[in-house]
Amino acid sequence: MVEQPILELKNVSSNYGNIKALKGISLKVFPGEIVTIIGANGAGKTTTLMTICGIVPLREGEIYYRGQPIHGRAADTLPALGLCQVPEGRRIFPRLAVEENLEMGAFFRKDQDDIRKDMAYIYSLFPVLKERRKQHGGTLSGGEQQMLAIGRALMSRPKVLLLDEPSLGLAPIIVQKIFEIIDDINKRNRTTILLVEQNANIALQTAQRGYVLETGSIVMEDDAEVLMNDPRIRKAYLGE
Amino acid sequence: MIHESKKIWKNYAIGLIWFFVLLWPLLGIHKDGSLTIGRAFSVWLYVLAGTFICLSLYTLHKNDILKWTGSPMAKAKDRVTAAAGALPNWFWVLLILTVAVLLPLFSHRYAQDVAINVLIYITLGLGLNIVVGLAGMLDLGYIAFYGVGAYTYALLNLQYGMSFWVALPFSAFFACLAGCIIGYPTLRMRGDYLAIVTLGFGEIVRIILNNWMELTNGPNGLLGIKPPGIYYPSFAHGFSLEFLYLKKLYLLYYVILFICIFTIVAVYRLNFSRIGRAWEAIREDETVAELMGVNTFRLKLLAYAMGAIFGGLAGAFFSARMRFVSPESFSFLESAMVLSMVVLGGMASIPGIILGAFALIVLPEVFREVELYRMLAFGAAMTLMMLFRPEGLIPAKRVGTRSEERGG
Repeated sequence: MVEQPILELKNVSSNYGNIKALKGISLKVFPGEIVTIIGANGAGKTTTLMTICGIVPLREGEIYYRGQPIHGRAADTLPALGLCQVPEGRRIFPRLAVEENLEMGAFFRKDQDDIRKDMAYIYSLFPVLKERRKQHGGTLSGGEQQMLAIGRALMSRPKVLLLDEPSLGLAPIIVQKIFEIIDDINKRNRTTILLVEQNANIALQTAQRGYVLETGSIVMEDDAEVLMNDPRIRKAYLGE
Repeated sequence: MIHESKKIWKNYAIGLIWFFVLLWPLLGIHKDGSLTIGRAFSVWLYVLAGTFICLSLYTLHKNDILKWTGSPMAKAKDRVTAAAGALPNWFWVLLILTVAVLLPLFSHRYAQDVAINVLIYITLGLGLNIVVGLAGMLDLGYIAFYGVGAYTYALLNLQYGMSFWVALPFSAFFACLAGCIIGYPTLRMRGDYLAIVTLGFGEIVRIILNNWMELTNGPNGLLGIKPPGIYYPSFAHGFSLEFLYLKKLYLLYYVILFICIFTIVAVYRLNFSRIGRAWEAIREDETVAELMGVNTFRLKLLAYAMGAIFGGLAGAFFSARMRFVSPESFSFLESAMVLSMVVLGGMASIPGIILGAFALIVLPEVFREVELYRMLAFGAAMTLMMLFRPEGLIPAKRVGTRSEERGG
């Protein structure tokens, strides 16, 4: 590899309460990639993302973003660097209007004109959000809320987008659509995406590389295609 | 439908029996230990008659038997709403403002006194609204800032002879400082824990005021505080500036009206600013707000400080108006009262809080004859509100024009 990874975790451990959630994981994400972390419930997928974002405190190890250490930085300084998360279970602001939810994504930005432009772009990506822009976020359907959560993160013009289970609780047809859009975001803006998923099938179809997380440790890493054809993966995560 | 109403009546009967069981010992046991049934029974019958009529009307309404009365009423309501909607908002603001300004001309002392109280509580309610309604932190000790503001002016005036207008910023400043002092260690907590700590802080302030004899004169309070004064131009002996203490009630009314309008404008601007939106995001989901780049700690502290400032302003006026302060004006009951106004009116809704303050101050005055039942009615009103309008009298309209949008 000649290229420098845009996001790198070195031997990262962290606790979730008293439970050791991550036991020294290392991973690399290169610019423009879609990388997925798959794993079962409680494997530590969400904790990984929350540790990267500084919400769950790091116990050991190092996190580098574009060559700079970001461990120990306050969570609220990361979006301005271009690192933004779409949290698990969407977690939009239910009693803020759709438009205000999107504005919150651009909270740290001061360039009003560009914010307007980005909002127009998000509305072109998700026309349904434009229709509902005056509605409370909480009144949207699950799929629309997921679109809103992704749109909100995009408003920060992320270089690396961390997606936590975008398929959670959505109908298969909506999941398909969401993943098409994720692919589109990656292709069009060269946004690097780190995708955490339980739905290994669609995650490996979308991603170029994948990591398999089991009880806080990475047990496999490879190209997505290789993982998809691996008999162990097929058995454990693809239901064969 | 029939089945449903049967169920309602059954529950109603059970409820009434339970109510009687409660009522009997409360009204029936006498000082000498004897037990009678007469009084409890007659009160129970009144309640029975009242609730029976209400419930009958309700079931009739449910079964569409009362439609003939409902439709003209609904029509009338629609007409009123349409008429209200036809006029622009600024018209209503102007109308209310005109009434507020002209009020002293066609009212006597008593009404002015009540109006002053209403305005003080509107200021307090709007200040608390920043903390509770916008930032979503339950504060049960808000009245402490009111107390700090009041004592700041009282002491500055008595010790240093500082005038009201000079002391007003100091009151705001010290209240703000108190807000930061309480805020800094406690804002890491969330929800219920924060509520308990603020409750404690409110009591601490009251107890300090009560016990620090050298500074605050303890429970005796501070006497002889000067009312606000103004300079006005006089042309009696050529041009000169005359000094006047605003002792007249209607003049004091204008002072608090000024403070209140200042507060409304300030809170409105805050509400629809970037900061206001960030506060609301924190209320909705603190972790995600942080993920979006909101410095939640700083903004929560700011919410506390801003809320405290308005409490301090109201407090300074309070001591100038009463010309006397004592710790008992700042009891927990006052905090609860202000909080009720915010909840009753509608959290984060400025017109709602104005209406809430109005209702909670004016209605008890109107029903002074039945004063004994005030707390009963208050409790009942709150329960009914939570059942039928949990969002408050005038729920907050979430979609407004944010300040930065109007510009661009």
